[in-house]
Amino acid sequence: MNAAADPVPGPHTTSDPVPLLRAEGLVKTHYGEGAPAHAVRGVDLAVRKGEFVAVTGPSGAGKSTLLHLLGGLQRPDAGSIWLDGECTDGYGEARWAVERRRRIGIVFQFFNLVSNLSVADNVELPALLAGVSPRQARAERELLLDELGLKDKERSMPGELSGGEQQRVALARALVNHPPLLLADEPAGSLDSKGTREVTRLLSRFHQRGQTIVLVTHDARLASAADRVISFFDGRIADDAELGGAPSRAPGISGVLELKD
Amino acid sequence: MRLPLLALLARGPAHGYELKQDLEQLLGSAYPQPNVGQVYVTLGRLEKSGLIEGEEVEQSSRPNKKIYHLTDAGREALRAWYEETADEPRVRDEFFMKLALAPQTGLADQIALINKQRRQYLNTMRNLSKLAAAENRDNRISQLLIEGAMLHLQADLDWLERCQEELE
Repeated sequence: MNAAADPVPGPHTTSDPVPLLRAEGLVKTHYGEGAPAHAVRGVDLAVRKGEFVAVTGPSGAGKSTLLHLLGGLQRPDAGSIWLDGECTDGYGEARWAVERRRRIGIVFQFFNLVSNLSVADNVELPALLAGVSPRQARAERELLLDELGLKDKERSMPGELSGGEQQRVALARALVNHPPLLLADEPAGSLDSKGTREVTRLLSRFHQRGQTIVLVTHDARLASAADRVISFFDGRIADDAELGGAPSRAPGISGVLELKD
Repeated sequence: MRLPLLALLARGPAHGYELKQDLEQLLGSAYPQPNVGQVYVTLGRLEKSGLIEGEEVEQSSRPNKKIYHLTDAGREALRAWYEETADEPRVRDEFFMKLALAPQTGLADQIALINKQRRQYLNTMRNLSKLAAAENRDNRISQLLIEGAMLHLQADLDWLERCQEELE
């Protein structure tokens, strides 16, 4: 977003040898009532800087659990995660909480805004927690809310906003510290068609500016904004496809829309 | 394209190129390049079947153009068109046959078939998203057409997911 403020040591390329995010052999089983649920059953994954990856699959396939593992919200039973080449095996709760302020931004299906804080405070809070000066936090907040079309909602409380607006606030909050990685867990899951389009458009826009995104969604329209789609079934990666390659010989769009004589 | 052309002529007489432009403007980029030749051929057929009538108009320094108007029979055909409801979209029957018969042939794996098909749908979905983004946001008809195509494709993708869940 704010490239000028980013202290980038030398030019970085998209063919960076070290992936921004890497996972190997991830396994996670939930033990609740009844039979154990094998949510993630051996996942290897690498996400390069600047990639926009969507993980799709039926509900209950374990895709949200996978995202929670990648963001340190849950710990794997087996396997490891590397952030920018750094192994996170030794990270405790506190360290992951710090990483979620600095290196990882997360948006959730139900927004998870602090209901008794104003929109402005919701966005500034993670910046202040990360040690940014109040002045700088305010400047970042103003920039983001303006960009997301929420300038006149700064003083509103989350409960006064529509779902789509709340998700935009959540997006601003997730990005206020310029995290290299944005994780999104069903960000359009509780939005209507219009809200879904809005979120799709915004994620695409941030991606175009270089934001790395890993998105979990059951919505194919949202997934197709990504340049790589992983199909997740029964705790495993069933397919991993780059989109937007060579145009296929299939009828594609014109076949869908063509008026027949 | 017969009935859309009749519908455009219900408003008043027009010549072929005008009709092509009207269609283009109405449907925006969602309509893949209306082919003017196809418009003229269709108009010829409509005239032959008595649904429209053409009148040659002389133009100085240019070839004559033909102005078409709707006949009573044409208006009746149009009315009948609006009376009936349209057919439901069909299940992708060719893919379904491939999937259903794959185990018996020993030539293809069902999950691989589903994955391949999903890739194609996702790429088409991506192209539709791009089309929607490139298209004038104020052209509601065009945006709705693209959105309709996307929702159909979404349903096809959901169905592939169901197939995969059941067949895996």
